[in-house]
Amino acid sequence: MTASPSPLAQAVLAGDRLALARLLTQVENQTRAGQDALDALFARTGRAHLVGITGAPGTGKSSLTNQLARALRQQSNGSSPHRVGVIAVDPSSPFTGGALLGDRVRMRDLAGDPGIFVRSMASRGALGGLARATAAMAQVLDAAGYDMILIETVGAGQSEVDIARLAHTTVVVEAPGLGDDIQAIKAGILEIADILVVNKADHPGAENAERALRAMLEMAAAHWAGHHGAQSVPEMPAADRESGWQVPVYQTVATQGQGSAEVCAAILRHAAYLRESGLWRERETYRLRSELNAALQAALVQHWRSRVPDALYEQTVDALVERSLSPSQAVRRLVEPEIL
Amino acid sequence: MERTLRVLVAKPGLDGHDRGAKVVARALRDAGMEVIYTGLRQTPEMVAEAALQEDVDAVGVSILSGAHLALVPRIVALLRANGQENVKVFVGGIIPEQDIPTLLDAGVFAVYGPGTSTEKIVEDIRRAVTGEAAAPAV
Repeated sequence: MTASPSPLAQAVLAGDRLALARLLTQVENQTRAGQDALDALFARTGRAHLVGITGAPGTGKSSLTNQLARALRQQSNGSSPHRVGVIAVDPSSPFTGGALLGDRVRMRDLAGDPGIFVRSMASRGALGGLARATAAMAQVLDAAGYDMILIETVGAGQSEVDIARLAHTTVVVEAPGLGDDIQAIKAGILEIADILVVNKADHPGAENAERALRAMLEMAAAHWAGHHGAQSVPEMPAADRESGWQVPVYQTVATQGQGSAEVCAAILRHAAYLRESGLWRERETYRLRSELNAALQAALVQHWRSRVPDALYEQTVDALVERSLSPSQAVRRLVEPEIL
Repeated sequence: MERTLRVLVAKPGLDGHDRGAKVVARALRDAGMEVIYTGLRQTPEMVAEAALQEDVDAVGVSILSGAHLALVPRIVALLRANGQENVKVFVGGIIPEQDIPTLLDAGVFAVYGPGTSTEKIVEDIRRAVTGEAAAPAV
């Protein structure tokens, strides 16, 4: 199948920044033009290193993202400096659908650098810490030649772990004073960290926070050692957990740039580690498989729904409400004639 | 489904009073728009760059310092130079009556002083943006 020609994709590949911004909008709105451009650009993706920045609200994710983007611009990818794309996600209001996207406030240092492109996006009802179109928008930046893509999630609590499925490297940001919360959140978000950061290290309690994180990591290491081969986190490749990557812990003061060079170096080291160990390809395979499955599900449901008469569907819902059919009986009634 | 409008609310210049900007940002959010807030002390170049990267439909500029005649036409010119001819610009803040025609001539669609109802601002933006959405624009 050949991709439809997409003028927008051509302009993006030619380096047109306005076209890039407009394509991101089309992709975010999941339009036909956006889909055509994604089809045309897909062969040029897969080069970028996707880095997730996540953590509770107010830990300083935006400030750290700002510093990491600056630090990455000082580094080179061998021949030329990195080009850095930033996607910053903030929540949409569940009531109005509106959003206040304020991450740029902390990223003013990035203005005026043509090697950086910052885009804010609203979560638009998605619950995993990202928006539905975040992965596709990262693909667009990847195709446009941004080889480091920093993805800042919404302020995350326990289960907003979608970023670990999308990013190659996940940085989890903590801050002192959340000590009481550390126990509560360690089952979720801390588990997905490839790199841990205690930001606001100039505040009291930074040492305690770091100590708590290190203790958590030691316990986790013991736990994983006792579960060889087990897929303990559903759907996540377990290999990472058992391999040689030691999750480092850094203290930073992101508003002053303190510690960000070390975190930046760790991110680049993690990329090298993933490539050398073969985990890079494994993560890509895992991610693309997940995306394919999600797209297939959506396509199949749509296809199926277009063929089931509305009346039959509504009758079945009524039967469920009246308890004359169970949900699994309802599925058999609606699906099997299609398949048989 | 109606397209979600994206609006940049910018605070160029040196005054540090962003309460008005925040009130407007909040009102637009409550009207279902996605508002990108840039924070204080933006240069016109920073405002135009953010408007481009964010592909916004409208830019709101809040100025209380008296520098509006220097800053606003510059922002509009930069937006146009970047190819964002369709982006609607509005201004809020302390703007003397006699300066308003100059700003409108520069390409601003509305100027709002203290006490303007946020409902009016929301309505104006929606009309300004969707009014031209019928014209062929990419």
